[in-house]
Amino acid sequence: MQIDLNGQPTVTLAATLAQLIAERGLDAASVATAVNGEFVPRGLRDGTALTPGTRIEILSPMQGG
Amino acid sequence: MFYDRTLSSRLMLGTAQYPSPQILRDAIAASGADVITVSLRREGQEGGDFRRILKDSGCRILPNTAGCHSVREAVTTAHMARELFGTDWIKLEVIGHADTLQPDPFALVEAARILSEDGFQVFPYTTEDLIVGEKLIEAGCRVLMPWGAPIGSGQGLRHLDALRSMRAHFPDIPLVIDAGIGAPSQAMMAMEMGFDAVLLNTAVAKAVDPVGMARAFGQAVVAGQLAHQAGLMPPRDMAVASTPIFGLAALA
Repeated sequence: MQIDLNGQPTVTLAATLAQLIAERGLDAASVATAVNGEFVPRGLRDGTALTPGTRIEILSPMQGG
Repeated sequence: MFYDRTLSSRLMLGTAQYPSPQILRDAIAASGADVITVSLRREGQEGGDFRRILKDSGCRILPNTAGCHSVREAVTTAHMARELFGTDWIKLEVIGHADTLQPDPFALVEAARILSEDGFQVFPYTTEDLIVGEKLIEAGCRVLMPWGAPIGSGQGLRHLDALRSMRAHFPDIPLVIDAGIGAPSQAMMAMEMGFDAVLLNTAVAKAVDPVGMARAFGQAVVAGQLAHQAGLMPPRDMAVASTPIFGLAALA
């Protein structure tokens, strides 16, 4: 299905947010996630199903002032 | 005290815009800061290196919500930051204007209330407006961070009288000058005026020698703090001779 990942249209086989993180090769403990603008805590990623068009943000620490 | 925490240095340093990761590392060390600010951005390649710098610095992390223009964005970002950095501290920025990067005080107070009720310890980036400050405290904030000047402008303390009023109005609330500081003299002045800390980024990161400038800011903040504690003399309109007249030779 196609989702929107960090602003990019992305095709994925993942059915859940946790699977998407694994599919992208990301360290699950080093990223924070939001789905359709709502924060999704680490513990809820397994239970968060993806549907076509879901907007997902996967963020990590970055330099800031 | 910043939410029951005592800091060894009153300089808080931003981590953006440094010429290289090594210079960032060295600048943090040279500044003596024990609080550094960080952001969240879309996952990139350099994330791992940056995480290592944060860990090695030994500093307390103050995540920010930079770039957020609405309550919802700021609240979501704060939650993401809390999970990622394992801290309740959040430097709350809700920007109201793209050119001045001036905070939107209405959204700021609303977001501060939501986050405080959710257990966050909020450091709100605000203006020197006294009523906004009071509303932020009512919303649960125990620190206020008035701007010195627009972010990244290096103009220093643009509204000195208003900042003095703010210091006098909130004698028991830690006040941090956040943004607009361009030179160590300006940071020192803020500390001499009795502000509790200064937070800056661009003035160090964009200096010709960021590590040297970080050291200069660290020392300026210490000097300003010592001067405030020691009590500045009141200014006078007229000259007053500092050398005693008594015992002056008659040589005319």
